[in-house]
Amino acid sequence: MSSHPVTVTINGVEYEREVEARKLLIHFVRDDLDLTGSHIGCDTGNCGACSMIVDGTLVKSCMMLAVQADGTTIETVEGLADGDQLSPLQRSFSEHHALQCGYCTPGMLMSATALLRENPSPNEDEIRKALQGNICRCTGYWNIFEAVKAVAK
Amino acid sequence: MLLREVEYAKPASVADALSLLAANDGARALAGGQTLINVMKARAASPDVLVDLNGLDALKGIELAGDGTLTIGAMTTYTELLESAEAKARPILGEVVGTIADVQVRNRGTVGGNVCANDPTNHLPPLMTAIGARFHIAGAGGEREVPAGEFFLGVYMTAVGPGELLTKITIPAGKSDGFAAITLGVDGTCICNAAASLNGSLRVALGCVDAVPVLLQPASAEEGAVREAVRGAGIDPPSDVHASAEYRLHLAEVLAVRAARQAQERT
Repeated sequence: MSSHPVTVTINGVEYEREVEARKLLIHFVRDDLDLTGSHIGCDTGNCGACSMIVDGTLVKSCMMLAVQADGTTIETVEGLADGDQLSPLQRSFSEHHALQCGYCTPGMLMSATALLRENPSPNEDEIRKALQGNICRCTGYWNIFEAVKAVAK
Repeated sequence: MLLREVEYAKPASVADALSLLAANDGARALAGGQTLINVMKARAASPDVLVDLNGLDALKGIELAGDGTLTIGAMTTYTELLESAEAKARPILGEVVGTIADVQVRNRGTVGGNVCANDPTNHLPPLMTAIGARFHIAGAGGEREVPAGEFFLGVYMTAVGPGELLTKITIPAGKSDGFAAITLGVDGTCICNAAASLNGSLRVALGCVDAVPVLLQPASAEEGAVREAVRGAGIDPPSDVHASAEYRLHLAEVLAVRAARQAQERT
């Protein structure tokens, strides 16, 4: 069995583990590191619930191997809040009722975070396009869109 | 989802990657993984060894030569292409690549991975065929160059053989191009697409109607001539849950006309 040492820094904490080559990044983060904020909605690369920011780039962590993350710096939804202080985007999600069941929320938050970091003043079309890779099965897209728009400068 | 057991290798150079690929029949190059990892989940592919090309800078980057020829490294991601000033020399590239899936997929998916996967529903195979791209394939015996017509060989099959790698794609200068597609949802799976290039004589390539892109050379970009060329090609598209053969045939004509019209508008 192919096993590889992996060192990653997630939300400022360094982790060192041995992983099998076949392990997907999302399983490594959830099962091995117990960071269960990122969700698995479809496991086929469609839903975006597993979105994370790896070395500054938004990715779906079910379409990347854990071993490929060796040496990277990763941001997940757990890293957005500062202790009990929610990020402005998280507060906006709460205020705009941008979550119903909440399953897609970690991915939505990471996609919107990546958008606002690259483009703090997105127009409506840019917000919609940035969230295209994230599916909300409650179909609560309008409030999610409103929450992101409210934070955009 | 748990993948079947697989070995993983991260070569430090293209030469290392080629030796790793040549050393094992079950080895497969891992580019962006946005297709391969999913087909591995479905057990539609079960490589023994993944040779990860991420990190090989020699396979990345976009260059624009003085004569307008674009060279795109196989491991260039869609996002890198979209952000490249050089790639704007052939505007259709960014226009089409910007419609592939979503931000996350475009951040990791690569131009080389798209054409090497040669899924008949991908946009890039017909586009590369219409615009006359040339594919540079490296192997133990050195590098060879093949035109698009000899690159796409069958469903999921290309001229890249065992122990070989696509290193780069060269694209001649030109701006008079068009592209039209009907997809499931805005940027979803493609039902039928057509690419056109009117830099010199008209070239129209149809996608999703056969195992490989179907290249047509209509007498002109006028609607009648383009429809006649599609009808005369004798294509026999597949039927599936998304569209019947008849509907695809209908779309092939309509989309070829739209793509040719767009190319003509840009002359």
